[in-house]
Amino acid sequence: MTRSVTNLTTTPEDHRIARLAAAAIGLSLVDAAIPMPLPGIKPGLANIVTLIVIARHGWGAAVWVCLLRVIAGGLLLGQFLSPGFFMSLTGALCSLAVLAIASRLPKRWFGPISWSLAASFAHIGGQLLLARLWLIPHDGLYYLVPFFTAAATVFGIINGLIAARLIAEHPSFSTQDPHG
Amino acid sequence: MNWLRLFRPGDWLLALLSVLVCVATIPFAWQHGNGERAIVRRGGDVVAELDLSRNQRIDVIGPIGTTVVAVDQGRVRVASDPGSHQYCVRQGWLKRAGEIAICAPNQVSVQVEGRNKAYDSLSY
Repeated sequence: MTRSVTNLTTTPEDHRIARLAAAAIGLSLVDAAIPMPLPGIKPGLANIVTLIVIARHGWGAAVWVCLLRVIAGGLLLGQFLSPGFFMSLTGALCSLAVLAIASRLPKRWFGPISWSLAASFAHIGGQLLLARLWLIPHDGLYYLVPFFTAAATVFGIINGLIAARLIAEHPSFSTQDPHG
Repeated sequence: MNWLRLFRPGDWLLALLSVLVCVATIPFAWQHGNGERAIVRRGGDVVAELDLSRNQRIDVIGPIGTTVVAVDQGRVRVASDPGSHQYCVRQGWLKRAGEIAICAPNQVSVQVEGRNKAYDSLSY
């Protein structure tokens, strides 16, 4: 029997992304535990991490953190490859696409709150579209649109505020990192 | 720390825009869920419009007695009718737009209507 050793070399960047993704996964578990009156409405606390990563490390790192969180979060919650997983993946991809634009807006005018609002609306928009096309192909779904937009507004502002505050209070929490 | 100071000018703009979108989407909650309802007529006059998303029963009093119309889980049927042949009762549940049950002796009819009228009427 031959033994083979595979060495994976990891960069400080990898460590940072892994740590941030772990924080996001933790928050998505908290998210899943919060009871909500309507199916499909969640605070989306894990997106606070995405916003902080954008501010600190740029959009590219945020894509990694966000997608790792969706996949690992799906595995942990037992919904990997289930409809719920595809809903969350669609929401993540749509909000990342919008964030690519939003995060390039002039920082003097648009901060994490703007990013958060743009992302939450993209999230709910993408999910609504997927649900209408695939999961619940019925116009009755549009009945819930006002509740979704209200949730996107409220949680978009709250998550944006939390992210903005964390970024303002810890201007250097990426450099405090012992690994990177 | 003052939370309001975290808002940048564009953030206010986007927050305002979001609230406007919320207000603009409110009418969605008032459209008839699946846009389907049952029209109950007696002698050709509409006596009731039943929302198929709400379970309910109504009694319609006609020339020879009482016809009971029941809505259950997006479907409607004539639950009982005084007519001798019971055609409309035996027709069972109606759910597609255009379907109609007619209780001729008691002059009562129940017709399902969707948001867009696909057929003038459907019968089997």
